[in-house]
Amino acid sequence: MSAGKTRDTVLELSDISVRFPSGSDWLGRPTSHVHALNGVDLDVQRGETLGIVGESGCGKSTLAQVLLGLLQPSEGLVSGAAASDESALQIVFQDPQSSLNSRMRVWRVITEPVFARQRKSTMELRRLAVELAAKVGLREETLDRYPHEFSGGQRQRIAIARALSSDPDVIVLDEPTSALDISVQAQILNLLDELQRERSLTYIFISHDISVISHMCRRVAVMYLGQIVEIGDAASLLAHPRHPYTQLLLGSVPKLEEDGLGELIEETELPSNRRLPSGCFFFDRCSFATEACRQPQQLIDGVRCCRAEELALTAAG
Amino acid sequence: MRKTVLDIDNLSLEFPVYKGTVSAVNRVSLHVQEGEIVGIVGESGSAKSVTAMTAMRLLPSESFRIRSGRITLLGQDMLALSEQKLASMRGRDVAMIFQEPLTALNPTKKVGAQMLGVIRLHTKLSEREARLHAIKLLTDMRINDAEEILERYPFELSGGMRQRILIGLAFACSPKLLIADEPTTALDVTVQKQVLQLLRQKARELNTAILFISHDLAVVSQFCDRLYVMYAGSVVETGPTREVLGAPKHPYTQALIRALPESAAPGQPLRSIRGVVPNLTDMPTGCAFRERCDSAFEACSAIPPLFSLDEDNRASACWLCEKEHAA
Repeated sequence: MSAGKTRDTVLELSDISVRFPSGSDWLGRPTSHVHALNGVDLDVQRGETLGIVGESGCGKSTLAQVLLGLLQPSEGLVSGAAASDESALQIVFQDPQSSLNSRMRVWRVITEPVFARQRKSTMELRRLAVELAAKVGLREETLDRYPHEFSGGQRQRIAIARALSSDPDVIVLDEPTSALDISVQAQILNLLDELQRERSLTYIFISHDISVISHMCRRVAVMYLGQIVEIGDAASLLAHPRHPYTQLLLGSVPKLEEDGLGELIEETELPSNRRLPSGCFFFDRCSFATEACRQPQQLIDGVRCCRAEELALTAAG
Repeated sequence: MRKTVLDIDNLSLEFPVYKGTVSAVNRVSLHVQEGEIVGIVGESGSAKSVTAMTAMRLLPSESFRIRSGRITLLGQDMLALSEQKLASMRGRDVAMIFQEPLTALNPTKKVGAQMLGVIRLHTKLSEREARLHAIKLLTDMRINDAEEILERYPFELSGGMRQRILIGLAFACSPKLLIADEPTTALDVTVQKQVLQLLRQKARELNTAILFISHDLAVVSQFCDRLYVMYAGSVVETGPTREVLGAPKHPYTQALIRALPESAAPGQPLRSIRGVVPNLTDMPTGCAFRERCDSAFEACSAIPPLFSLDEDNRASACWLCEKEHAA
């Protein structure tokens, strides 16, 4: 936003909150709210891959919807070059089965974003579909088939081709490979990587899979209960997590080389997002919690924990 | 010498479909010994689940045909057993946990009623004793307010909680074998870790063997003693977990491990496996992995049997291993 910045911000979220009404009394007024996002500040730089990790219910997918403008935040502002231009943003969803219209032929599916916004002849659309299909590794003769005739990996290729059709700057990838087998996942991740280099795309990569995130992303944001608890350079964040939640999360990821399962985790239930905790959101599950943690925590220097520095020193010493 | 709990011998199974058959399981042999945790890994369509379901005879009887093979579970011939006998075995001697804990529980009944139903079906406990037993099972699964949970409906509970209830229930009658079909796939990593820890702890305590089905190599590597790697309906490699994943012999296992995101440096392309899984209605002749294999040669046009390797229990279904073995 400010002209003096050397970095080129395509999207910026400031203090975004999203609440959904839930339950209603006899007058139809909501009795409580689900707090999906609670003050998210985030900037997306042009050409980067920003990873967003967290467990279910942490607000990853709500964040994706806010980024795309599919959901109006209850509070806060989405700004940036890509925010005002609808065709500059696209999304690839997790489940390629339900995200493709099963009654459309594949070439129609692929060119739908263009068809919806621009006047183009069928011939032009068809030509575009052929070109995009070649890009993502689909054969031209398969374009007249329906989505159900394809395997999961192929369907995800179709979804990617569709996302590319409006020539976007930013693509939000919402768990794009979690429904796929390992060997196919590798093919899709390679394809995404290639396309990014070719078209200088910006990716926002949402996933719960740490190994995929660490492979794909330069920068990572860790979310917990609708807040970003830690954000920073992927390599250093994943190697040296500073927030206790990030430490717990990374510690739980099963690793191929390791034997055994380590210490038993006692508490795994997330606090309800109906009534938010007053202090640190991670208070109940944190083994380092002190009195100071009863105060709301601010995101300072990329970590939302008042004891981060202290803990880092103890770990080092 | 430990007793063998489950022994599947040269099982081939097909599903008749319109104008043809799906050869789902092809000459699979596997065994599970008392108290052992055995994993089956493979991608979708590799017949992991079908093999396990057949072992418990859970497939509808008219939907499949057995081409060959035998299944022996606790000394019983599972393919010949009557429906009545099967019903009394399931839940008591053999238990099963599924991937999706919400669909495995009855949504219209309270947790307590469902647990007591199972416990009282297989034991002679009174209502009160069964209730105490259920509370004990839940407490063992680290559920703090067990008594209150019994009065809840499944939809009121989180996924991790539901899965812990199902695991607790699976151990209700101290089964000899527990079949766990992707029990943690729908769970978050922190919950997954806890569920696996509790599962293993309880199994070791009761000396229950587990047949653990998963597509996640990392989970399997931490959880299982021994491993079967399946591809397109066949076992391609087996052995102790450490050895199979640490020094894989079959080209498919090798390629699978190389394709993991953690095997490549960030920014470097992943080494994916080219091509796709063969169509099970129209299986290629010879080795099923031949078309995707980098080291395929003439011998691969014949189906490779499982070659025993030097180490005990280690075997791989690849002609390369035969060459190596002979040399």
